[in-house]
Amino acid sequence: MMMEFCADPKALEGLQWMACYLTTPKHFQFYFSFIIVLTLIFVTAPVVMLLGFGGALARRSDFLPLKLLGNVYTSMVRGVPDIIFFLFVPIAMDQGIEYLRHKTLCPEVTEPVYRGNDFVVCPPAKMPLGDAAQWVHETWGFVLAVIAFALVFGAFAANTIYGALDAVPRAQLETARAYGMNDRQTFWRIHLPQMWTYALPGLSNLWMILIKATPLLFLLGIEDIVYWARELGGSKTSFFEYPHPDWRVWYFLALLIFYLTFTWLSEKVFNRLTARANPGQSTMGNMGQNLRLEAGR
Amino acid sequence: MSCSQTIADYALRSIGIGLRALPKADITLCEQAVLIGSGMFWNLYFASLAVITGFFFATLLAVCKASDNPWLRKPAEWFIFAFRGSPLFIQFFFAYETFVLLPRVGFDLPLGFTTITVETSWLTKAWLGALIVLFLNTSAYTAEIFVGALRAVPRGDIEAAEAYGMSGWTRFRRIIWPTLLRLAWPSYTNEAIFLFHATTLVFFSGFPAWRQEGDALYYASYFAEKTFNPFVPYPIIAIYFILFTLLIILVFGAANRRLNRHLAPEARSRISYKPQIFR
Repeated sequence: MMMEFCADPKALEGLQWMACYLTTPKHFQFYFSFIIVLTLIFVTAPVVMLLGFGGALARRSDFLPLKLLGNVYTSMVRGVPDIIFFLFVPIAMDQGIEYLRHKTLCPEVTEPVYRGNDFVVCPPAKMPLGDAAQWVHETWGFVLAVIAFALVFGAFAANTIYGALDAVPRAQLETARAYGMNDRQTFWRIHLPQMWTYALPGLSNLWMILIKATPLLFLLGIEDIVYWARELGGSKTSFFEYPHPDWRVWYFLALLIFYLTFTWLSEKVFNRLTARANPGQSTMGNMGQNLRLEAGR
Repeated sequence: MSCSQTIADYALRSIGIGLRALPKADITLCEQAVLIGSGMFWNLYFASLAVITGFFFATLLAVCKASDNPWLRKPAEWFIFAFRGSPLFIQFFFAYETFVLLPRVGFDLPLGFTTITVETSWLTKAWLGALIVLFLNTSAYTAEIFVGALRAVPRGDIEAAEAYGMSGWTRFRRIIWPTLLRLAWPSYTNEAIFLFHATTLVFFSGFPAWRQEGDALYYASYFAEKTFNPFVPYPIIAIYFILFTLLIILVFGAANRRLNRHLAPEARSRISYKPQIFR
């Protein structure tokens, strides 16, 4: 990637210096981390929808334990900050899995896993194994992050979908019944298709929240855009190839612009989708414009 | 060490009163509960001050955004878009790095009876710097709620006010503003709750916790790190947050009843504890 004239950075000036500075291998890692963020969003979104449907349907279920589970799941994000879940879920999952592996792989160890201020499992139970490659560790961390994001936003989505299923006019469902449809047919042919119109404003908002939650990857120890912005922006002495003063403010400005562009584009797309979903539906036209769940930041 | 001793040592630790050293070994349940509870002081401080000050700025922003004058409308629109379209986490980082770059100077602020020296370095401290970011952030979110409510104020109300000879400021203060608040209140309650939850970000986002005086999540993650056991501190902090969230709902519910007290019971808007999407 390095250009010819970048061979001796100390001799460079102005634009050339900047061009070389912005194409260092570290900067390519920074640009790559944007892809990590986008991957997180696009991998998480379908899982969020699945969990959302699961949660909403569980809450509507007639089977009491399932209903209870759905209720707990949908209300958990309303009382407890999402950041606590982001910190808790990955480490809890990690320890839970290691504990189960410890119990099955090393049954001969009788000491408890929590010893004083430590969590000790036998070496073969480690996740990933101690001698695993660096990328395995990184991927594992990323998978845990995806699970944490999916769980939290699944709960938000379940709230939205539950509300949307509730908002479909009862008369529509009664008409379906009058036409002789059974439960299953009513749900798949009438209830679910009509639900989308009501869910779209909430889901578009959820998408925005999901975008805005991605910098929290940093809290999970993943080398994301926040990590690289701090790393690259920090002042570099003349000991470095490209010395510069503290530029973190500019790096964070770049991140702000990235997020603003992303949410702005998303809003455009969702406005189109809403316009397409609305014709033929007897709903309040601009519903959801001002009635959104402003959850995450 | 008994639990009452722990309370004496750590109950006010987050504001610098009590034992300086945090517990390091043999951490008890009591120590975790007391210190995390002590940290709630900062969450309440940030949330209450930001919500109260943000309320007034949000009203101003909402009026500007709903105005016909582009010189008022455009800046308000941009401000609201900038703060609602970007992550609060990045806003914190950006604000902190900006504040750090400011020249370190002090201004004398005469208050009549005394003079205090305002220093720009205060901006790099969480108590002021993070508060300003939260204030601006909640103002933007609240303004968007208020704009929606402002557009929903019934035309008849305004025409009736004009028929009574009210105009300008009087009409706004007596008719538009109370109705706006009544319409916006259920959504505004949610905003207050989520802002309260967002205060947990402060000490993870550049603003350093001076002498380990942090918020509830700062201590909870400290314990999770020290004990390697996340199953104790995080449920404790979750309980604290659920309790205070219920308290917010209680206080805002009381305000909601007052705002609706002139209406027939069936016309009153209730605060639903579901997301405000289909109202």
